[in-house]
Amino acid sequence: MQSERERRFVGPRRGQLLFVLTFLTLSVLLLSQIGTQTVWVKKTDFFAQPRFWPAVGVGGMVLFTALHLWRLPFRRIERTDLREALRWAAALEYTLWFMGYVVLVPLIGYLPVTLVFVPLLAWRMGYRSPQMMAISAGFAVFIVLFFKGVLAVRIPGAALYEYLPDAWRSFAILYL
Amino acid sequence: MDLILSAIEILMRWDVALALLAGSVGGVLIGAIPGVGPAVAIAILLPATFSLDPIVGLTVLLGIYGSSMYGGAIPAILINTPGTAVNALTTYDGYPMTARGEPRRALSLAYSASFFGGIFSVICLILFAPVLAKIAPLFGTREIFLAALLGLLLVVVAHRGQALIAGALACLGIFLNTIGMEPVKYTQRYTFGTDALGSGINLIVVVLGLFAISQAFVLLTDEDEKIRLTKLRGGMFQGLRELARHPRVASVSAGFGVVMGMIPGVGEFTAQFMSYTYAQKTSKRPQDFGNGSSEGLIAAETANNAVPAAAMVPLLALGIPGEALTAMMLSVFYVHNVVPGPGLFQNQMDFVVALYLALLILNVLVLVFLLGATRSLIQVVRIPNRFLGVAILTLSFVGVYSLRNSATDCFIAAGFGLFGFILKRLQLPAVPIILGMVLGGIMEVKLRAAMARVKTPFDFIDRPVAFILFTIILIVLATHILRIRKEARELKEAEWQTKTSSTRFGALLLRRRTSFLKEHGRKVRARHAKLLRRLTDLF
Repeated sequence: MQSERERRFVGPRRGQLLFVLTFLTLSVLLLSQIGTQTVWVKKTDFFAQPRFWPAVGVGGMVLFTALHLWRLPFRRIERTDLREALRWAAALEYTLWFMGYVVLVPLIGYLPVTLVFVPLLAWRMGYRSPQMMAISAGFAVFIVLFFKGVLAVRIPGAALYEYLPDAWRSFAILYL
Repeated sequence: MDLILSAIEILMRWDVALALLAGSVGGVLIGAIPGVGPAVAIAILLPATFSLDPIVGLTVLLGIYGSSMYGGAIPAILINTPGTAVNALTTYDGYPMTARGEPRRALSLAYSASFFGGIFSVICLILFAPVLAKIAPLFGTREIFLAALLGLLLVVVAHRGQALIAGALACLGIFLNTIGMEPVKYTQRYTFGTDALGSGINLIVVVLGLFAISQAFVLLTDEDEKIRLTKLRGGMFQGLRELARHPRVASVSAGFGVVMGMIPGVGEFTAQFMSYTYAQKTSKRPQDFGNGSSEGLIAAETANNAVPAAAMVPLLALGIPGEALTAMMLSVFYVHNVVPGPGLFQNQMDFVVALYLALLILNVLVLVFLLGATRSLIQVVRIPNRFLGVAILTLSFVGVYSLRNSATDCFIAAGFGLFGFILKRLQLPAVPIILGMVLGGIMEVKLRAAMARVKTPFDFIDRPVAFILFTIILIVLATHILRIRKEARELKEAEWQTKTSSTRFGALLLRRRTSFLKEHGRKVRARHAKLLRRLTDLF
């Protein structure tokens, strides 16, 4: 049965202990590196020391997370925690999709990669009707033309564009 | 009057007009789609606005900020799902109205209340601007440091029941801001010898990761929702007439919105909570609240729409953002070398008034747009969730990559996306990280400058404004400690009430003796001893 302390806890139970333990471990590791990763400069005021604010940040992380762990009503890692960790890992797949997109754009070009990426991810998500595929492709073209063509955001031309004919190259570098 | 005329002159440009239109319509659309929200949209558009004039870029972002809550009321009322987080209270009274066949009335009332809140706050602030211009110069380095500290403290304590972890996340923000080359002594901090971290972690990369990419992950890993829309019948102007019947609730709620908006770290939720409670307590029909009360809807919508204009006050007057959205806008100022703070109010007052006038025009534009286009607009809630996830992930790339064309930034943003996804799953706040980064940077610079002129600790608070801010910090801390003690006492009482047997020491000993003497107790002890033996045999 749930205790009163567990019932009053803000947020779901699953994954809390796992998150707090990981966060605390990383914070302690960062704090242990403060001597090597920051410098104490002689003849400088305490508050102007380069080490002062990292110490406030990392020290605060360790202190507050430790206090949070102490006040946490859950003391045991259970099956729901592990299931939650798998849910976190499921998001890794989309991180890989994103990273693949990032790596390919400078090589192949913003328009061609987006034109493949959006319908492919939509396909992966289960939207496989011709209508959704067309919407995905239209959305991809719109994004590229709006951001690169109209708003002129800084996305450099791809390595592949160098092989285009002269007349096409500058147009592709500027707008696609 | 001259000030207003010169402010109008700043706004009389075709690109500003276009920005107003794009911001207002775009904001309403973004607000109306559950799962997107203004933070995601602003984070994605932020780098794109860097190439625009400050007034144009800020107008687009302000437009999205100010109008998204109008749009957020649509799904809150029609399908019981708030479009933006601050529309959650709208569902309490908006959806019951739809359920009893009055969706038009609810929508029209929400628009009218939002319009009143928006206009009320802008007018208040235009009238208040000369006073602010006099107060702002009283803020020196120590006062700004203390105000930033107060803002951070308020953000942390505002997360009831999660203050400790919110504090840890705010400290993570402070730490993230310190990574890279330190600008005074030119030493490296937490770069681990890598060049990629030498220039530090960009705020926008973190913002995009925590708000946009994480939201994409949430949508992509979730199921699509089945949505049933109600048909709209009747006029859209009845809300304006109905609002006029509740001037007291509307003006008090707008007042709460203005005051709470100005206090860093407080914002819409507190304003809504206070105005809703006030409206319920003073209503002739308090039993209707939560069951489709027009006063409840007015209180919720007026209060949240009065906040955006007010939230610009600490940002413009002191350079201190009070929440994530204004923190993002701060970076637009920095990119254009417009430093918000007392100097802005003294030297570029027309720019400040122009921003407020832009908000005023924006509210009118949004109301006109919504009164005419609601029927077509409600179709956006039909966009499937996971397709939205695909769209947000694609758009996030533009936001991160266009900053510095750095793949490392994208990797860092993806990492923060994953971290933000975990925070969202655990219902932990991401806003303290952003404010920790922004306010941590401000605090570092201001404390260093302030301490150079301070001999004893009391010198730090020897000026009136500094003393007042310090006293407020102490009051906030004391109130928080008292609240924790009260909650601990209530918890103890509740724990004791749920126990069926007495918790007195004598009664405890009596039960122990009974357990030893009874047959059942002997069996239990024998079972435990057997288990213990098995366990010890293992070693």
